[in-house]
This record gives sequence, C-alpha cells and structure tokens, in this order.
Amino acid sequence: MASVTLKEVSKSFGAYDVLRSIDLTIDDGEFVVFVGPSGCGKSTLLRVIAGLVPVSSGDVFIGGEQVTDVPASKRGVAFVFQTYALYPHMNVARNISFALETARMARNEIRQRLTKVADMLKIRHLLDRKPKQLSGGQRQRVAIGRALVSQPQLFLFDEPLSNLDADLRMEMRFEIAKLHAEISTTMIYVTHDQTEAMTLADRIVILNHGRIEQIGSPRELYDRPVNRFVAGFLGSPRMNFAPVSFDVSSMSLLGPKGFAFEGRLVGDAQPATLGLRPEALRIVKAQIPRSIQGIFERVEDLGYEQIAYVRLTEDLVWTVRSADPLPDHAAGQPVGLAWQTKDLYLFDDAGMRVDVLAATEPFAIEQS
Amino acid sequence: MTGPKRYSNQAYRRLRAVKRFGLYAGVAIVLAYMLFPYYWAIISSTKSRASLYSFSLLPSLDFSNYISLFNNPIFMGAIVNSAIVAFSSSLISLIISLLAAYALGRLHFPVSRIILICVLMISVFPQVVVLSGMFEVIGWLDFYNRPAALIFSYLLLILPFTTWVLTSFIRDLPTELEEAALIDGCSRIRILTHVLLPLMGPAIASTGLLAFILAWNEFLFALTFILTDENRTVPVAIGLLTGSSRYEYPFGQIMAASVTVTLPLLILVLIFQRKIVAGLTAGAVKG
Amino acid sequence: MQNRETRIAWYFLLPLLVALAAVALWPLGRNIYFSFTNAFLDNPTDYSFVGLENFATVIEDPVFWGAVKNTMIFTLVSVTLETLLGLAVALLLHRAFAGRGLVRAAILVPWAMPMVVSAKIWEWMFNDQFGLINKALIWLGFLDKGIAWTADPSLILGTIIFIDVWVTTPFMVLLILAGLQLIPEEIYEAAEVSGVPAWKRLWSITLPLAAPAIGVAVLFRTLDALRMFDLSYVIAANSENAMTMSIYARDQLIGFQDLGVGSAASTWVFLIVGLVAILIVSVLRLDRNTT
Ligand SMILES: Nc1ncnc2c1ncn2[C@@H]1O[C@H](COP(=O)(O)OP(=O)(O)O)[C@@H](O)[C@H]1O
Ligand SMILES: [Mg+2]
Repeated sequence: MASVTLKEVSKSFGAYDVLRSIDLTIDDGEFVVFVGPSGCGKSTLLRVIAGLVPVSSGDVFIGGEQVTDVPASKRGVAFVFQTYALYPHMNVARNISFALETARMARNEIRQRLTKVADMLKIRHLLDRKPKQLSGGQRQRVAIGRALVSQPQLFLFDEPLSNLDADLRMEMRFEIAKLHAEISTTMIYVTHDQTEAMTLADRIVILNHGRIEQIGSPRELYDRPVNRFVAGFLGSPRMNFAPVSFDVSSMSLLGPKGFAFEGRLVGDAQPATLGLRPEALRIVKAQIPRSIQGIFERVEDLGYEQIAYVRLTEDLVWTVRSADPLPDHAAGQPVGLAWQTKDLYLFDDAGMRVDVLAATEPFAIEQS
Repeated sequence: MTGPKRYSNQAYRRLRAVKRFGLYAGVAIVLAYMLFPYYWAIISSTKSRASLYSFSLLPSLDFSNYISLFNNPIFMGAIVNSAIVAFSSSLISLIISLLAAYALGRLHFPVSRIILICVLMISVFPQVVVLSGMFEVIGWLDFYNRPAALIFSYLLLILPFTTWVLTSFIRDLPTELEEAALIDGCSRIRILTHVLLPLMGPAIASTGLLAFILAWNEFLFALTFILTDENRTVPVAIGLLTGSSRYEYPFGQIMAASVTVTLPLLILVLIFQRKIVAGLTAGAVKG
Repeated sequence: MQNRETRIAWYFLLPLLVALAAVALWPLGRNIYFSFTNAFLDNPTDYSFVGLENFATVIEDPVFWGAVKNTMIFTLVSVTLETLLGLAVALLLHRAFAGRGLVRAAILVPWAMPMVVSAKIWEWMFNDQFGLINKALIWLGFLDKGIAWTADPSLILGTIIFIDVWVTTPFMVLLILAGLQLIPEEIYEAAEVSGVPAWKRLWSITLPLAAPAIGVAVLFRTLDALRMFDLSYVIAANSENAMTMSIYARDQLIGFQDLGVGSAASTWVFLIVGLVAILIVSVLRLDRNTT
C-alpha cells in the first residue's frame, strides 16, 4: 500500500516531448484512472511510475520514498499489460509464480500463494495450460493473477480490457472494481475508454499532449470541466460547441445563427465558445420564443435512447440526446432547440471555462 | 458497359486456363534450371567409370565412387575437420552475437545504430583485405595449419551475419514480455536466458544453420591458413581432388564427394526453409 | 537508471567488440601498415618502410589492371543478369500455386551448396568431351564439335558468369520476394477492379514499391561479386583471363610471399570496393529522395 507522488516529471524521446512537467499526488488506497486521447502519453506516464522508462527530469516517489532511479523490480509494483504479455512458453502456474521463483522464494510458500491467487480469480483449473490455450478473458485473469501474487503495494494497469469484447469487458471491469474493494491497494489504471474511467475511478486524471488537463472525481470533471478539452472529452456524444462573441452595443453574447443572450460572468473574461451537453438540449417547434433555429437532419434510435442531429449552420451540427422517444420529424424540417440556462457552459478564447453568474435564455436578433 | 470490349464468359475462362498453364510451365522451367545440375551430379556419382560418359539420365546405381571416397582417409578427415570447424565457429558466434543482439535490439543505447552499421560494413568488405593481418594474428596465437585458425578467422564471416539477424529477430519479440519480466525481478541475463531464449528456438536454429553453412562452404581462408592435407576442410579437399593425370580426372568421384558434403545440408535447409528465408531477408528488408 | 542500462549494454556488447577487433579491425590495420613496408611472409618481423612504393608497384602491374577489368566485367554482367532473372523468378513465385512453399525451398539448393561444389558440377557439365552441355548442343545441331568452355581464354569469363548467375539468383529471388510480400494485396485488387492492365500494374505499382528491396539486394550482390575468389580460382586456376582482384592480391601475398606488395594490392581492392559501395549507396539515396 503506498501513495504515489510525481514532481515535475518530464520525458522526451529525442526531440519529442511526451510528458511535460507532470505534478501529481495519488493517495494510499486510491483508484486513479488516466484517460486521454491515444498518443497523449498515458502509457509512458504509467511506465515512468513503474520504472520501465527512465524520466528525462523530475522525481518519482512511491510510499513517500524517492524511487526515481530504483529499477522496476524493486519498486513493489505490479503491471498488467494490454497485450497481457504472458510468457508463451510457460504454463499458467509458472507464469504466475515466475516472479517468486526469480526471488528464490521457498517452494511451498510459492505454492500457497499460487493457490490463493488462483482461487481468488477462479483460474485453478487452468494452471497447467499454456497461454495459447486460453481465451482472452482467461488470459486477462492470469495476467491479473501474475500481478497479485507478488503482493505489490501499487497496481498499474495499461488498458487491460481493450482487447476484450464488450460483454467480457463489462464483466472484467466489475471484477477489477471488486478486487480493489477487497484488497484496497493503490491502483492506477490507464484507459482511453471514458466509461471505464467514469465507473472505476475515485479520481480521474485527464491527459492531453503530455500535460495534465484536470484531476478530479468523475462527477467533478463532468459537471465542472476546467476547459473546453475536458468538457469535450467526457460525455458521449460529446458536448456541442458554438462560437459566440460579445456585442458591446447590446451588451449581449451573439451566437452564429442570429441568436443572442445576456449573461453576467465572473470577472472580466471574454467568452469565445459556448457549450451545451446533448442531454441538456430539447427539440421544440420552430420559431417559438427562447429557442434557436435549426434544420432537423436525422435521428438514431438506440432503443434505450435517441440521438438527433440538428444543423445550425453550414458546418455546425449539434446532437441532442433524449431518453424519451422524439416526436417524428422529417429530414430538412425546421425545428427549434431550447435549453435551461443552468446547463450553459462558456469558454474564453484560451479554452478555459468561465463561470456564468447569470444568463438569459436565447432570443432572436436581427441578422446584420 | 463503356470502355474496352468485353468478351464472353467462356473466352475469359479459356484465357484463365492458358494463364494457369503458363504459370506452371514457368515454374517447371525454373525448377529444372535450379535443380537439374544437382540431379546430374547425383546421377553421375552413381555411374561406373565406363558408363560415366553415356549421358543416360537415369542413375545406374553403381556405388564404387562412394566406396572409394569413403576409403579415402584425406576426404573423410576433411569431413571431420569441416564439421569441427563449422560447428565450433557457429556456436561461438551464436553465443557472442546473441548477447550483442540483445543489447543492440533492446536496451536503449545511444550508439547501437552506429555499431550495427559498422557490423554491416564488416560483413561486406573483401576478406582478402584482412589476409595479411590475419596471417600475423594466427601466427601469434600459434594456430597456423590447425583447425583453430579457421574457427578463429570464420568469426569474421559469421559474427556480423548472426548479430544482424538475431538483432532483428529480438526486435520482433514483444517489448511487454520483457517489461513483465523486469517487474518480476529478472536481471537482464535472466530475461535473455529464461524469457527470450526459449521463444527464439526456431530463430536460433535457423540462424545457426545458416552460420554453419557459411563456415562449411568457406574456401579462401581454408585454402590459405591450412597447409597440409590432413587438416584440410571439405571445399578445399574437393577443389584439390585430382586424378593421376589430366585425362584421368575423377569426375565420378568428385560428383560423389559433392553430393556427400551437400546432401545433409540441403535436407536441413529444406526442413528449416521458412525460418531460413526469414533469417536471410531479416536485415535486408527492414534495414 | 539510463546510465545503468547503458553500462549493461556495454557488458553485453563487449564480447562482440573484442572479437570483431581481433578478426576485423586489427588485421585490417596491420594490412594497411604492411602496405608501406617491404616485409616478406617468411620473416615478417624484419622489414623497413618503403613509403608508397608498393602501391606504385601494384598499379604499374598490367596483371593487376587485368584483374580489375575482369572483376568489373564479372560484377556488372552477373549482377545485372541476376537482378533481371531474380526479378522474373520472384514475380513468378509470388503468384499463388500449389506447392509454392516447396518450390521456394527447392530454389535454395544452388545457394546452399559450397561454391566449390557448384564449380565442380558445372565444370563437369561444361567438359569439352564428356560434358552434357556440349553433347546437348551437338545433338541439337548447334555445334559440330565440343567447345572447351572452361579452357578457352575467350570463353572462360563468360562461363564463370553463367555459373555465378546460377548460384546467386536464388538469393536475389528471396530478397525480391520478401520485398514483394510487403506490398499489400489490396493495392492490386484496387488496381484490377479499376481496370489497370497487368503490365502497368507491374511497372507502376510493383516495381516502384519493390524498388527499395531490389536496391538493397543489388548493393549486397555487387559488394559480394567484387570480392569473388573461389569460383574463378577453382574453374580458371591461374588463367589471367579470369583472375579477380582478390585472386591477384592473394597471389602476391601467398604465392610470391610478398607481404608488402600483397598488402598494398589488398588495400587497393579495399579502396575500390569502398568507392563502389559509396557510389551505389548515393545513387540509391538519390532515388529515394526524388520519389
Ligand atoms: N520508446 C519510444 N520511442 C519513441 N517514441 C515513443 C516511445 N514510446 C512512446 N513514444 C511516443 O510517445 C507518445 C505517447 O505514447 P504513449 O504513452 O504510448 O501514448 P498513449 O498510451 O497515451 O496512447 C506517442 O506519440 C508515441 O509514439
Ligand atoms: Mg498506450
């Protein structure tokens, strides 16, 4: 069990900066998920913590101890790889006990630990098989068993479920959550799947281009994203955006489609983009007041929810998500979109979210 | 339909049959070209002196050439020498280059690229360029006219090749395996012996076989560093096999010798065919 | 951590570096050193420096230039033929047919044999009285009387080239095939669906995409051909009409026991091969930059 602290950790491969000055503290027993688009440096960050990749600068602490130059095997970590990385020439039992064997642990103790782990993961009947003879889910269990057996103080998972199909992924997600509840060891989990992040994490770390964009609980990130990137990254379909500008003469904010609204913001920030989540939008009749106007394009019915596409301008299509069946609309039919002012997000021209103190609902203005 | 004229379905079927026939005919010609000389060598080796000049395409199953060959102590000695030299030099090369290949293929290491290029350059430079220097080194080591001279000098031939091929094989193994082993507490040498080596069995077998062939076939050093008949290797022994006079050139016996020293290797090559092709083309295609 | 890894890497490399120093760099250095001395092989410790005299001796020797000429002709012709033949065979074997794996293995036969054995087999087939080739040519009516392929000074280089093409074409085929296999099948399917004729698929798709593989193969084969020794030595013995640079250098060194001149000749060979290598590499690079 251990906390993890990163201080100004940077990593470059040649001239390419993969991690840029990462500061992060993870508490003992926490389940932290790193998410971000592919190539943003999640795996590299995890490997830095594991000691598989040396830092270019900065410091790594595990359990309060400086481990920046300590080799991976001496950090008390376990790593579960996306490809499982099971040794293909060893059977399951040997795969799991290889670390203990390497550490020259007594044979009967190895056997005890192996049995315990195998029972915990329900893989006892697989111990004699080679990895080739296992299904994806079984391999995953073995990989987790290999991690468990060395009783690490820190678990690291690198997209462990992304090679599994949807059903199995959900099952294993549940198992991992249960495992954490049982042993409450610190876990760091990398994924690009926001569902995994939202469901598993105590705290989520959102990475982009080698930087931390935001750290917080899933709720915090969803409700109060610090910037446009985070707002757009979490949520499916993603948040709808539209450019807005501040009109000095009317003291109001102008949208792209001849609508405007008045808003009072904290400080003297200048909003440049508005954001609305798909579930915050309602489709209403065209031309009714306090709505903006668009053209209905198509609807996707997923059974449990519906997603409608409404075109605002030439190159701006918003999505609307609704759990209730939408009234029938023909493609090309004009419709209105309405929202409640509490659901409105505004971002300044640097992409940072600005707090809205109060805002009106939209109203139409003369187009100039 | 616009564009060029379309023929009937039957015409296309006929065209396809013609193409198919052409393909098999081409393959047959290639096979005949590549294999016939060896077939002819086998045929000739089983003909008695009298029927050697009869041009019959069928073997006559006369093994007198083989019998006199196996009773020739110099030739049998050459086979033993060749086997010792080729086996030892391949084994030493495999061990040295496996260690090096691990460093070059896996460890993050600034000059590995430069070293690989140097290794490649050494593998293409003309052997005659090191002849005088090698002569001197072999003299100092007191290896002259001993199989040890060849075991030593063949490292020049084999090491660059095995290093290059094994490096490329090691690079093809998944990195995660090694990272998993590092976390499991393995030292580098244990990773090599317990994780990578067991996975590289076929790769090492085929690389070793290629190395063996290189050494088995070598001529220039074997001709230069060995002085006396009893220490000769097979290629030189065959090269120097002559009859009592120009008109009694023992072709039957030479063909028997040729078949004897190549057949085992050819069979091994055919067995390891797939991996051998991978080994031969490994560096070239990716580099 | 990085330093530790670098240190371990050096340990792993140490045996290779020591071995290569002993069998390559040191002998090469000594060879160049001896080039400037008048040492003889029977007593290589007793010598004095003679400057560039040995280099001059070699380039004033018409036999050396004959060897250079033979080597160049041999390299140019045999590599060209091998490349064309290798390309043709590779294209053929790239197609799908029953027993393809077996055929690909079978063509390795000439390559896996010792050059000496190939030379002997062909010497037997080319024999002026009892050789199969003369017999066949007479039977077909091309000849009245057997030709001494390996004895006639004007034919011997051609015969050697013929044998070398047979021996090394398999290697060429393998390298080119490996290059062809890297080209995704879908590209051809796309071209076929849109009606690109076969010859154009070859010219505009296959060749440009296989060009790097062919280039590498040509480079390797050229450098290998330039150092050719065994084939000429076995077939042509001492004939000046087929003497290669390597044979010349070895003759000086071992035959005449002249360590100084022999080393100088080797150094010339080294320089010539190096020059050709640089030329080819720069030509390949140029190609790569323009496409
Ligand atoms: N060993 C390496 N050498 C060079 N570049 C690398 C190496 N490992 C990762 N990268 C680069 O670093 C970036 C981040 O990689 P990674 O951490 O694997 O991203 P993620 O896991 O977020 O998808 C990628 O652009 C990748 O190409
Ligand atoms: Mg990753």
